[in-house]
Amino acid sequence: MQRLKPKFWDHQDVAAGPFKAMFNFRSIWLQSVLLTAAVALVPLLFLAVLDYQVSRKAVESEILNRTMRLVSNTRRSIAFFLEERKFALQFIGLDKSVADLTNPERLQHILYNLRAGLGFWSDIGVIDLSGNQLAHAGPFGIANVNYADQPWFRETLEKGSHISDVFLGFRNAPHLVIAVKHAKENEPAFILRASLDIERFNDLLSRLEVSGQGDAFIVNQEGVLQTPSRYYGNVLDRLPFAVPPFSDKTQAVEMLDHQHKDVVLGYAYISDTPFVLMVIKQKTELLSAWQRTRSRLMTFLGGSVLLILLVVFGVSTYLVNNLYLADRKRVMTLHQVEYANKLASIGRLAAGVAHEINNPLAIINEKAGLMKDLFLFRPEYGKDEKLLGVIDAIIASVDRCAAITRRLLNFARHVEVNIQQVRLRNIIDDVLGFQTKEAEHRSIAILVDIPEDIPNFVSDRGKLQQIFLNLINNAFAAMKEGGRLIIRARRLQDEPAIVVTVQDNGCGIPQADIRHIFEPFFTTKSREGGTGLGLSITYGLVQEIGGRISVESQVGKGTTFTIVLPLEYRKESGEHHERSAGG
Amino acid sequence: MNVLLVDDEDQLVSTLAERLELRGIHASWVTNGEDAILMVKAREFDVAVLDVKLPKIGGIELKRKLAAIRPNLKFLFMTGHGSQEDFDAGSREAGKDNYLVKPVRIEELIEHLLNLVQAEQKA
Repeated sequence: MQRLKPKFWDHQDVAAGPFKAMFNFRSIWLQSVLLTAAVALVPLLFLAVLDYQVSRKAVESEILNRTMRLVSNTRRSIAFFLEERKFALQFIGLDKSVADLTNPERLQHILYNLRAGLGFWSDIGVIDLSGNQLAHAGPFGIANVNYADQPWFRETLEKGSHISDVFLGFRNAPHLVIAVKHAKENEPAFILRASLDIERFNDLLSRLEVSGQGDAFIVNQEGVLQTPSRYYGNVLDRLPFAVPPFSDKTQAVEMLDHQHKDVVLGYAYISDTPFVLMVIKQKTELLSAWQRTRSRLMTFLGGSVLLILLVVFGVSTYLVNNLYLADRKRVMTLHQVEYANKLASIGRLAAGVAHEINNPLAIINEKAGLMKDLFLFRPEYGKDEKLLGVIDAIIASVDRCAAITRRLLNFARHVEVNIQQVRLRNIIDDVLGFQTKEAEHRSIAILVDIPEDIPNFVSDRGKLQQIFLNLINNAFAAMKEGGRLIIRARRLQDEPAIVVTVQDNGCGIPQADIRHIFEPFFTTKSREGGTGLGLSITYGLVQEIGGRISVESQVGKGTTFTIVLPLEYRKESGEHHERSAGG
Repeated sequence: MNVLLVDDEDQLVSTLAERLELRGIHASWVTNGEDAILMVKAREFDVAVLDVKLPKIGGIELKRKLAAIRPNLKFLFMTGHGSQEDFDAGSREAGKDNYLVKPVRIEELIEHLLNLVQAEQKA
């Protein structure tokens, strides 16, 4: 987790005032993440939900429509089947006379013909209006039966025809009865009654292709099954739910069945019969194909959301991090400019002072020189050894002053870009010149080991001075009284470069800090007013003149900075080379 | 050998002249360019020692003017300011070796003067 945390996360900007918010990178990041994620995800999720609802509605209405069509077609077949048989009985009644029909042989013959022509006829009987059976043909020889009390008989008398519920009867096989009343002129009225095996219904219904683990069956209006059903019981069982109210049109509704499953119920009342055709489909089964597509889409949606979030997080983090780094660079550049300006001011001041002092110094020099000359050249002044000694002391002091002013002027020069032939030894001496007093004061031994084979090389004198000034200053800050500073230079064998080490035996740098020490703003001396920029600027300067810098340190033993300086100056254009080579 | 010293610090230039005289070198001195031109027109000099920074007529410009009057005149530059521009300008005009930073040691000055005059004699 720690490694995933972006660099800007713990940043606390020192800036205050009205622009403080500009540097709160965490809130910038949060805003960016929330805004982009919202813009990307809200329409996507909105569309997904909308599509889910619309497509579900479409699929459901399609299911209802299909169920209705199926029910409607099947109803027509069944109604036609029953009509056909009713018409057959009507035809027989019109065609044959009562005498023909009451003749058992004739009746048997008619039954035979009916079976051959239309099928499923079980038996046929002729009944007079008082309910007495006059004749009967069929496998069970039932004669002399009176039906006067039977409801079907009364209904037939009333309405002219009747189709009964399915019942087992004497034969113990489910069948139904069709009765038709005939009232011809010149003849007594009678009723033709035939029973039909319901096999044909079963056949018809089982041939229906009902999708979704469907069930197709017929019940009567009281809810007793007239044909076997797959899930809701056998013939003459009671349906486990209520029969929906009458409707003259085919209907399809959604409901919960007795097992609390979601089902689609298609039903139609078959007119002039007690039958209701029902088709029941399991909704989950019907929706399963749609659900599969849906779940694939949901997976895809989930993946997209995840990807969007990843990209949003990634891009925001990347951008804000870059923003943060750019800002750090900006602040560092500001500090660097400030530092350079400070150095330039010091340089100008130093140069001014040096220049102003130089002229009177020159006069002192000449006057003292003249005094010495007079003592040497004019016999009348005599060769007073004591006075000569005093004059020599004056001249020696003037020389020392001159050395100081020259060093100040040299220091002043380095604030400008200053590519020239440089002699490492001179630069080190210039820099150390500022530290000699402090070194003596704190009894720090300074050892400079620069062999004669170190060649002069072209580089930026000012930058080199600044680099060594920084390193030597750091070394002095790290050392206690009686420390030892070693500056060593060697020529590298395998590349045209020299390596300079600045080694102190000071307090050293803890291992945890060492990889941060070249980072800008890294400081352990914030309380003493350290900006944490010294070494990062040194690092930048070494880079600018094409060199490398590295550090080794042991706590309590000391620190060694190693700088590799190229003998060929690479950074600047050739113009500087020519000038410095010519000058 | 006749030497003309030009420097705006009269205390410096007069003492320097006196010290040269003590060593047998005939030295005259002036403190500005106009006087230097008058002197060169009036008399023959072997070498002119010029400060780079002079009032009114700068050292470099003065050198050109004097060289126009006396083509054989040799020049030596002195400066109190060791800045790069001065150094560049002085060494371009007079050659790298003929550029001295103040305070100048008398032995060094005489050595340079002798070198210049001897170089001419050899040529």
